[in-house]
Amino acid sequence: MDLTAKVTGNILICRVKGELDHHTAEEFRDFVDRGLENNPVKHLILDLTHLSFMDSSGIGVLIGRFKKVNLRGGKVAVVNENNQVSRVLEVSGIYDIIKSYSSISKAVNDL
Amino acid sequence: MNVKNFMELRIPSKSQNEAFARVATAAFASQLDPTIEELADIKTAVSEAVTNSIIHGYEDCEGIIIIKCRMDEHGVEIEVRDEGKGIEDVEQARQPLYTSKPELERSGMGFTVMETFMDEVEVHSEKGKGTVVIMRKKFASLAKGQGVSGNEG
Repeated sequence: MDLTAKVTGNILICRVKGELDHHTAEEFRDFVDRGLENNPVKHLILDLTHLSFMDSSGIGVLIGRFKKVNLRGGKVAVVNENNQVSRVLEVSGIYDIIKSYSSISKAVNDL
Repeated sequence: MNVKNFMELRIPSKSQNEAFARVATAAFASQLDPTIEELADIKTAVSEAVTNSIIHGYEDCEGIIIIKCRMDEHGVEIEVRDEGKGIEDVEQARQPLYTSKPELERSGMGFTVMETFMDEVEVHSEKGKGTVVIMRKKFASLAKGQGVSGNEG
């Protein structure tokens, strides 16, 4: 799993490349949490363009990050997820709390 | 089931084997010429079942997970078996959002994902003996009347 992050204004943008399952969930969680703790940000954007696979372990991690960001009054957005990832997110009902955008710029403008 | 081909995998319950298990099973199923989406469904469902065996079946100890895949003229049957601690209440475990490990940020959606992505999911479990999940999926390309690609010239 390859993770990178940058801060734009009050938004933390994390890019994830690889597969998000139980094996990689902890690495992903720790990386995002460090970014949230070390930067004065409110919102979180997860760029899933290069996330090739996700199972329900990813749902748990996303809900956990949503709770953290929600506590500071922010929102979480996902960007450009593939069809497999989208179907897992759909089943979980996560789109009720985390919006999906086709590009980072659209997500940034809407947050 | 008129078994045309089968395979069996034995893996230790290490989390790094989750990706191997789902990719190997999908590679085997790809012989039947499924769609990309059907293959993704199989990968996702196998990932859920194997993860359950690792996290819940064997918890902190290591055991063996056996994955069997059989194919017939309609599609595949995949069995994921562990000899772990078993599930006390299968009906409860299958409920969406139910998890016995909320502290680990588990979503409780594993069985729901398996049921959504596969046509049939059976769960057999006995406390102290282990759990067997049997999942079946039919492939659209094998459906009666449609024929296998190329048959109709």
